[in-house]
Amino acid sequence: MSDATNEPGSELNAVPTGANIGSPAEVSPTIHAEHGMFGVQGTGDVSGFGGLVRRRPSTQDTPRPFGGYFDEVHDALEEAYPGFADAIEKVVVDRGELTLHVKPEKIREVCQVMRDDEALRFELCSSVSGVDYLGSDTRRLHVVYHLTSMTYRRVVRLEAAVPVDGRLPSVTSVYPTADWQEREAYDMFGVVFEGHPNLTRILMPDDWEGHPQRKDYPLGGVAVEYKGAEIPPPDKRRVYQ
Amino acid sequence: MTTSGYATERDTTEGKVFTVTGGDWDTVTGGIDPLSNEKIVVNMGPQHPSTHGVLRLVLELEGETVTEVRPVIGYLHTGIEKNLEYRNWVQGTTFVTRMDYLAPLFNEAGYCFAVEKLLGITDDIPERAQTIRVMFMELNRISSHLVWLATTGMELGAISMMLYGFREREYILDIFEETSGLRMNHAYFRPGGLAQDVPDTALAKIRDFLVYLPKKLKEYEAMLSGQVIWQERTQGVAVLDVTGCLSLGITGPVLRAAGLPWDLRKTMPYAGYEKYEFDVPTAQTADVWGRYLVRLAEIRESLKIVEQCLDRLRPGAVMVKDKKIAWPAQLAIGVDGMGNSLEHVAKIMGQSMESLIHHFKLVTEGFRVPPGQVYVGIEHPRGELGVHAVSDGGTHPYRVHYRDPSFVNLQAIPAMAEGALLADVIAGGASLDPVMGGCDR
Amino acid sequence: MGLEEKLPSGILLTSVEKLSNWARKSSFWGATFGLACCAIEMMAAGGPHYDLGRWGMEVFRASPRQADLMIVAGRVSQKMAPVVRQIYDQMPEPRSVISMGVCASSGGMFNNYAIVQGVDHIVPVDIYLPGCPPRPEMLIDAILKMREKVMAQPLGPTGRKMLEARQARGDVPIVAPGAMPSSYRADKKRRAAWEQAVLEGREEQLRIEDWMQRQPHLRGGA
Repeated sequence: MSDATNEPGSELNAVPTGANIGSPAEVSPTIHAEHGMFGVQGTGDVSGFGGLVRRRPSTQDTPRPFGGYFDEVHDALEEAYPGFADAIEKVVVDRGELTLHVKPEKIREVCQVMRDDEALRFELCSSVSGVDYLGSDTRRLHVVYHLTSMTYRRVVRLEAAVPVDGRLPSVTSVYPTADWQEREAYDMFGVVFEGHPNLTRILMPDDWEGHPQRKDYPLGGVAVEYKGAEIPPPDKRRVYQ
Repeated sequence: MTTSGYATERDTTEGKVFTVTGGDWDTVTGGIDPLSNEKIVVNMGPQHPSTHGVLRLVLELEGETVTEVRPVIGYLHTGIEKNLEYRNWVQGTTFVTRMDYLAPLFNEAGYCFAVEKLLGITDDIPERAQTIRVMFMELNRISSHLVWLATTGMELGAISMMLYGFREREYILDIFEETSGLRMNHAYFRPGGLAQDVPDTALAKIRDFLVYLPKKLKEYEAMLSGQVIWQERTQGVAVLDVTGCLSLGITGPVLRAAGLPWDLRKTMPYAGYEKYEFDVPTAQTADVWGRYLVRLAEIRESLKIVEQCLDRLRPGAVMVKDKKIAWPAQLAIGVDGMGNSLEHVAKIMGQSMESLIHHFKLVTEGFRVPPGQVYVGIEHPRGELGVHAVSDGGTHPYRVHYRDPSFVNLQAIPAMAEGALLADVIAGGASLDPVMGGCDR
Repeated sequence: MGLEEKLPSGILLTSVEKLSNWARKSSFWGATFGLACCAIEMMAAGGPHYDLGRWGMEVFRASPRQADLMIVAGRVSQKMAPVVRQIYDQMPEPRSVISMGVCASSGGMFNNYAIVQGVDHIVPVDIYLPGCPPRPEMLIDAILKMREKVMAQPLGPTGRKMLEARQARGDVPIVAPGAMPSSYRADKKRRAAWEQAVLEGREEQLRIEDWMQRQPHLRGGA
C-alpha cells in the first residue's frame, strides 16, 4: 500500500535493506551464491564475467521501533497470543511493510488471533501465495499470507517456511477465502495444507506431474525456428543473472 | 423388502442394487425416496455460451433447483507468473498485461507500482505520468464495465445491450490505440513511468468522450432499469451479504453492492487518488440488481476522475529522471510506420560511445532491483488486485504473484447459486464479472 | 451440346461442387469458441463498429453441432486441449478452422509448460491469423480468405484427386501468401493498383503506404 509508505513516518522511506548490494563484505558467506554473469558453466567464456560472484542477502531481524502502526500490531499480537515468543521466528520491516515469520505449525492459530482480536481485526485475507527460495536452506518453500484490516486500514504479511515435502495447517477454517488460494499454492508448489476440505489441483490438469512454479521445475518451452535459425526457449538462453 | 424369494437390495459403491424377480415392483419402488433419486448432474462448460469464458460449472440439480455447484477453473492457465521469471523487469509489463485482458492497464499498473516500490522510487514518478496513469486506468475501468454490461445483457437476454456496450467500448479503444499503438494488451505503463506521452489528438478524443458517454448511459438506464424482465432477473437474485463477502474474500462492486464502501482508491490511496474528488457508490440490496447499479454509478464516477485528470494535466516528463531505469529514448512513429527515434539513433551512433553502451546495457541486461518483497493492492474493476513481487537483486523478477479478483471472487458462485434456480446461476456468475484470463493466469 | 438453348431464361449452369462450395462459403456459422484476449476482439468484430453481419457472419452458434467454422481465439492450455479436440470432433463435415492470434498459431510469447505450442498439434488448421490480438479487420480478412479457400475446396475423393492434379500442374486456386486483400478486390481502382504492384513485387509496400496515407497524424511526421 502506498499510504503505508507515505504516512507513518518518513523513516520508512529510507533506503531499503540491500539497496547497496554487491560488496561481498555486507553479506555473510553462508548465504547461497551464484557464479558468473550468464550462469553458463564449462564454456570458454573469456569475457571475465565468469568470475563474478553474487550473493543473495538474507533478511535480518529488524530492531525496534519498527515505526508506523507496526509496533502496535506487534504488541497487540504479543498481548493477545500467549504463544507469541514461540510462534514468531522473525520480524522484518522492509519498504514500509511488516513481515512476521511464523512457525508453520502455528500459522492457523496466529491467523485466528489476527482475525478475532479487538486491536488487530484483520478481517480479510487478501492473498495466499508461495515463493520457492531454492538453495536458501532446507525450508525453501515459503507460504506468504497477506492480511488486510478493514477496520484499521492496515496490511501485514505472514510468512511460513516449510521444507519440500512440508505440511502446515490450512487457514480455511479461519478465512474461507483461502480455499482456492491454498489449492493454487499446493498445485504450484506442492505445499500440503492439513485440514483443507478439498486439496486438489486447481490450475493444472488433475493428472499433471510436478509443481510448475518451483524453481527446479523447467519452464518447458520448445525451440523455435525462425528464418532457418533455431532459437532456444527463454530458460535455455544465455541471460544476465 | 426382506420377504424371502422376493426383491432384495444391497448397497454397492454404485448405489442401491435391486434384484427383481417379477411381480414385486411395488415393493421395490416403495423403498426408494423419490426425491433423492431425481438428482441429476449437469456439466456446464468450459465451452458454453454464457459461462463468461472457459469456466466450467458442475451442477447438481433437483428439477430446476441447484443443490450443489462446483466451479472448475484452470482451462486458461498460461503460466504467465513463471514466464516472468525468465524476462527482465521491463519486459514483465508485456506479460502481465495479458492476464486480465479486459483490464490490461490495471495489471500493468499493479506491476509497475510493485517494481517502483521495490526500487524505492514511488515518490519520484513524474506528476504527469501519474496523472495519465490514473486517467487511463479510469478509462479502462469504464471499458471493462461496459463489457460487463454487454455480456451480462447478452446472457440475460438483452442482446441490444451487448451491441451498445461494444459500440461505446470502441471509442475508448480508439483512445488507447492512438496513445499506445494497441487496442488491447498495451504494455503502456512501464516501471518508472510511461512508454510514451499522450498525443494531443487523444486528449481531444477523451474530451469528446466525456460529453458522449453520459448521454449513452442514460439510454442504457432507460432501456434496462425500468424494464420488467431485467428487474425480475436481477432483483433478489444471487444475494451475498457483507459477512459472506468478507469471509469469501470478495471485493469490488460485489462487496460495495452489499453496502460496504470499501474501495482501495479511498481507503488506501495510491497513485495520488487522494487528490481526486469522487464518491464510492454503494447499494444495499446485495443482489445482481445492486451490482448493476453500482457499476453504472462507477462509470459516472470514473468520468468525473477523468475530467479532473484532464484539468490537472501539465506538460512535463513521463518517465523518472534516473537514467539507470528510464528507457533511453522516447520512441515516436517515424514516416516508415516503425517506432523509432532518429535523434536518439544519431546520438548513440555518431556522438556518444557511452550512450551507446548505456543503451545496450539497459536494453539487453536491464536494471537491477534491490532484493526484498512487496505487496501492492489496487482497486481493479472487479475488486482488489494484489501484486506480490519478490526480487533477489537480479535483473529478473524472482517471483511475481497476482492476487486476481476474478480468481477469488469466483469462489462465491456456490454460495450464491446453491438453493436457487438454474437460470439464476447465470445471472449470479455474470454479476461477479469473472475474466478467466485473470483467474487462471 | 445445346442444353443451354433448351433451358428457360434465368437458369444458370454450374458444377455441383461449385454450388455446394458457394452455399458453404456464403453462410459460415462459426462456433463461439472464445478462449482469451482474441475472443474479445472476435466479439468486437461481431459488434456494431466492425459488423461481421455485413457478410452474413454474425450468427455464432453455441452448439458445435450447428457450426462449420471454428475460430480458435486465444491461447490453448494443456488442460483445454482435449476440450478443443472434442468440440472439433462434434462439428459436422465439411468444417474449417481459423487459428486466431499468435498464441493459437504457435504458442506465441507463452513458450512454456502450460500452453500448447500451436493448436495445429490438436486440430488441422486452415488459416493462421497472426497478431496479439489481431484487429477485428484482420479477422474479417481471414474469414474472407477462408471463403476463397472454401470455393476451391474439392467435393469428395474424385474432386480431391482433381485438385491434386491441378496442384501438380501449378494452377492452384488456393489463397497464396500475399493474395489480394478483400478491401482491394472490392474497388476497381485499388484492384488495378494492386495488380500493378504484384507485377513490380511491391504489394506489401503498397499496403503500408496506403495505411500511412489514411493516418492523418502520421503525415509529415518526424
